[in-house]
Amino acid sequence: MPIVSPQSALRATPRHQWKAANPMPHVETGADVGRGNRPLSPHLQVYKPQMTSVMSAFHRITGVGNSLGAALVAWWFIAAATGEGAFDFIDGLLTSWLGHLVLLGFTFSLCYHLCNGLRHLLWDAGYGFELDQVRTTGLVAMAAAAMMAVGLFVVGWAN
Amino acid sequence: MTMLTPRARVRGLGSAKGGTEHWWTQRLSAISLAVLAPFFFIPFAIALGKPWLEVVSMYKHPFNAIVAALFMLAVFHHMRLGLQVVIEDYIHAPALRTGLIIAVKLGTLLLGFAAAFSIGMIAFAV
Repeated sequence: MPIVSPQSALRATPRHQWKAANPMPHVETGADVGRGNRPLSPHLQVYKPQMTSVMSAFHRITGVGNSLGAALVAWWFIAAATGEGAFDFIDGLLTSWLGHLVLLGFTFSLCYHLCNGLRHLLWDAGYGFELDQVRTTGLVAMAAAAMMAVGLFVVGWAN
Repeated sequence: MTMLTPRARVRGLGSAKGGTEHWWTQRLSAISLAVLAPFFFIPFAIALGKPWLEVVSMYKHPFNAIVAALFMLAVFHHMRLGLQVVIEDYIHAPALRTGLIIAVKLGTLLLGFAAAFSIGMIAFAV
């Protein structure tokens, strides 16, 4: 019988075929100990979206979005201190239709992040971990965010 | 027998190299922002779109100026902490990750101080 090293076997056959023919013995090490042969937790792509996970992802997305909004607000203040010309430029950008669209998105993003952030603070204090509570506070946060955003936009529009 | 020095054992930071400081300052800035938000955003929504002189005279008021300056400092601090976590989660190349974290830290510091200083300029201008 010819002696074939794993290396030469790999060269002769595609990797996935060789691996399928030579399964690794399961050895439990580290965090694996006691898991048995149970499957690993599924990847995000195949995991069914739930209210909790989607709201959590949105918290992060709106946080990154708010960063851009904060930079715009800083620009607005810096321009106001610089002078009328610099201020009129950023004011023109923000009051254009595109600027209004950005401001509308920013308002909703901000109010969501604020309301869901309060929910996070509630969790940090040790409350609201039961599934029905998580669902209720989530719905309350979304409703409050929507009302707050509409209110803020109306205040801005009316004045 | 442990290889840790007694001091390292008391600090308890381990291989994470950081303790609860990041988490705690993130919550503190979150609470500050939640309290300040209505006092910042209602005048801001009213001022937005108004002519320059009116905006400047609004932010000459000490209450508006103090709230706005505090809000800017807190918001950029909170933003640095949040963006750092996002970078740490998704950027795995060490050089790029460290570079981005440094850029975020310096950039937010610059924007926060520039915005707060500008509000001071508006408030103190004669």
